[in-house]
Amino acid sequence: MPASDYIVTIGLEVHAQLTTQSKMYCGCKVGYGAPPNSQTCPVCLGMPGAMPTLNEAAIEKTVLTGLMLGCENPEISKWDRKNYFYPDMPKNYQLTQFDLPLCEHGSVPLYDHCYPKDVQKDIPRPGYAVKLTRIHLEEDVGKSTHHEKNTTIDFNRAGTPLMEIVSDPDIRTGEEAFAYLNSLRQILIAGGVSDADMEKGQMRCDVNISLRKTEEEPLGAKIELKNLNSPAAVRRAIHYEIDRQSTELDAGTPQVQCTRRWDDDLGESTVMRSKEDAHDYRYFPEPDLLPIRTAPIVEAMKKLVPELPHEKSQRFVTDFGVTEYDASVLSSDKHLATYFEQAATGAKNTKLVANWVLNDLLSALKESFTEIQDSTQVPAENLRALVDLIESGKISGKQAKNDVFPAMLETGKTAGDIVKEKGLEQVSDTGALEAFCDQVIQENEAIAADVRSGNEKAANALVGRVMKLSKGQANPKVVIGILLEKLK
Amino acid sequence: MSSLTLADAQEQLRSGSLTPRALTESIIAAIEAGDGKIRGYNSFDAEAALAAADTADVSLPLGGLPIAIKDIINVKGEALTCSSKILEGTFTSPYDATVIAKLRAAGAIPLGRTNMDEFAMGSSTENSALGTTKNPWDTSRIPGGSSGGSAAVVSADLALAALGTDTGGSIRQPAALCGCVGLKPTYGRVSRYGAVAFASSLDQIGPMTKTVRDSAMLLNAISGHDAMDSTSLDEAVPDFTAALGKEIKGMKIGLPKEYFIDGIDPEVRAATEAAVKQLESLGAEPVEISLPHTEYATATYYVIATAEASSNLARFEGVRYGHRADAPKDLSDHYMRTRAEGFGAEVKRRILLGTYVLSSGYYDAYYIRAQKVRTLIRQDFSEAFQKVDAILSPTSPVPAFGIGERCDDPLQMYLADIFTIATNLAGICGISVPCGFTKEPKLPIGLQILAPSMQEERLISIADAYEQSTPWHKERPC
Repeated sequence: MPASDYIVTIGLEVHAQLTTQSKMYCGCKVGYGAPPNSQTCPVCLGMPGAMPTLNEAAIEKTVLTGLMLGCENPEISKWDRKNYFYPDMPKNYQLTQFDLPLCEHGSVPLYDHCYPKDVQKDIPRPGYAVKLTRIHLEEDVGKSTHHEKNTTIDFNRAGTPLMEIVSDPDIRTGEEAFAYLNSLRQILIAGGVSDADMEKGQMRCDVNISLRKTEEEPLGAKIELKNLNSPAAVRRAIHYEIDRQSTELDAGTPQVQCTRRWDDDLGESTVMRSKEDAHDYRYFPEPDLLPIRTAPIVEAMKKLVPELPHEKSQRFVTDFGVTEYDASVLSSDKHLATYFEQAATGAKNTKLVANWVLNDLLSALKESFTEIQDSTQVPAENLRALVDLIESGKISGKQAKNDVFPAMLETGKTAGDIVKEKGLEQVSDTGALEAFCDQVIQENEAIAADVRSGNEKAANALVGRVMKLSKGQANPKVVIGILLEKLK
Repeated sequence: MSSLTLADAQEQLRSGSLTPRALTESIIAAIEAGDGKIRGYNSFDAEAALAAADTADVSLPLGGLPIAIKDIINVKGEALTCSSKILEGTFTSPYDATVIAKLRAAGAIPLGRTNMDEFAMGSSTENSALGTTKNPWDTSRIPGGSSGGSAAVVSADLALAALGTDTGGSIRQPAALCGCVGLKPTYGRVSRYGAVAFASSLDQIGPMTKTVRDSAMLLNAISGHDAMDSTSLDEAVPDFTAALGKEIKGMKIGLPKEYFIDGIDPEVRAATEAAVKQLESLGAEPVEISLPHTEYATATYYVIATAEASSNLARFEGVRYGHRADAPKDLSDHYMRTRAEGFGAEVKRRILLGTYVLSSGYYDAYYIRAQKVRTLIRQDFSEAFQKVDAILSPTSPVPAFGIGERCDDPLQMYLADIFTIATNLAGICGISVPCGFTKEPKLPIGLQILAPSMQEERLISIADAYEQSTPWHKERPC
């Protein structure tokens, strides 16, 4: 039985670091790169007698995330202790949320452009939104470094707020998981709640996957995959896992619940721990923290829900007439969308603005390793002015691409200034152009005759020659008009 | 001078007849001369106390007054042991508990760390890993616990006053057994930040003093909302000394029938009944009441307290601080040997019990059920307080027992807190005041008064009226 004959069920647990100034249960700064254990206090070091307090900003950002994802909020939310011994975890219990998380249900829409490029043309469930189980708030642990003879621990990260987003077992393929992570990232960034970069560890993902033969069967043994450091790794690990499990199932080897560690370099996973090693976490309500009422926070956060990428994308299609695909790419990044919107607002040709942003601008930024929000050379209004010059026929698209835009990137000057400096303004003065046209018609009798006999396309060859005579400054639209008039 | 009350010492400091330095020196001298017999202190830092005395501002509410601190409360720069081998000799507090910061702000001088049952688990101070404190009235007997050191040093005049902690009676019971005053505030009245947690939903810090007035003075200084303790109540703090010297005429005093049971020592019963008569003569009206769920309090307490303790004590594993086992084979060996060597038998027993009641499959039957019963116990009290202003009982069913007498029987030991435990489950406030002595040998007997949440003023008014009309608080051990 080939892999495709199994029903694959996948659920994701995503941990996202929140963009808060301070830690979850104390006032220590959240930050990276500080000297080991310099951002610690009695609370996040688990000193005797220290007690936690709640970080309101972290609660607000989690509730905001829930609102963006259409979640519901239990009336009362509370914190619980998850008890297990771990050297990186100072109290030897993690303060998390067990049965009353801040958010429940909701879903993550899978954006087309968030799928891997190679499958975007063939998405099995277009427009699907993956259902969520819950979103809760907890704390991160410290970081152990193993040396030859000992281990050192840096607790700077201990107590950093972590938002855990748990999906239902509602994902079917590695590609959907890939799209889920990218879509979720875009939404988290849009809300300003997390930078959500998996490669920087700001977002981490565990995958639960099981296979069965028919919908009637209960779910197969749940295999958990860990150490997945990018959406691409998640996709690869799921492919590997589906192959591995289906091969074993075909051979009559039943699957047993366990946790496997993915090695992206080797492209394979190995058993990390079996079900027998599973902890009994002995959850119980944290007596040091009072439960909270969610309603006032939800009310306050409703005002802060931003326009989500898919809503923005729809608006770009309606307001600016760009294609759905262009709109989805333009709205996929908060800064890119802002730039485009500024450039397109009031522009003579908004589609052309979209092309310029997506092609010329993005490739130039890519070459200079610059993020759009950090680039200052071509402000949005300058790009709009450049496109307006093309649209109004003052310069040709080719001139804009070859001469004006590179100079704008280099100097930061406006398109208008550069056109003036370089004397690039197109000649639209019909008197001067008519002379050029007459000359070209004389020199190219054969082509001219062809045009006269009705082959208007042949006139393009004549336009090229007029352009040459004008040293590229002639307005080609005006030139073709004159030529066709003369060759009627 | 160490025999002075806080109020008297304050008067002498303010009149200039005594300097903070002289007062502190005399207490240090008393400790050096007398603590060999009592063993109430685990340590004291004479130098730091004298330095604080030299800069003391006697105009402050507790200016220049040394206070002994139970060795479970963090005092910055001083050793903290919780009377446990897992911290002894290896841990120095990196910060001040909120109560210590408040005491310092009020001008008081923390002086000396008092002995206790290890991590506050016990009723006799015999569970201290550092040594057994003796009852100043009879040194062959226990001082009660877990704040036995604090009670003993106040009673033996080795301190003017002390702070203790009370999770199930740990302030009131040793105060009763040593003949001093011990007040357990309402849960949330005093910040717990910096007191090493035994059972977080039950622990409270409170004063242990020679008089009710002294308790009111200390409570003034340590009460109030603290941003570092989410469970501390955001309520205004009254001047508790204003509740002193009040008439108690017409007050209804509830006598729970479930508390006056067989098994109470006859002399304790007689002293309590005499105290009821005394309060009646002051105009109070005794009323029999019922607290129907009393019989479940001890079991409920030992489920909830041990569950919380099993988690609270997980941080003591020798990774960041404290004792660590030599040359562990691996991480698991490190954990197991460090904790096996560091914790005493009672602490281990409670960690095991707490781990068990939280375990998958047992959680509902024990922890959840205990929380439900806790709600019923809380309701018992709120219903009772519809009828009466305060509740009265013996603090302990028996006077101080002999050292070693109950060590082999943990259940018998747990019963020492039978009248005090429900208070913590309900979160209400209570006080123990001296109400007489047994004849042979002469041992103090304590009277417990309970009041609803945030009604410490009522406790103080009743306790003060009783104290001022009786001679018991004036008697000292010889």
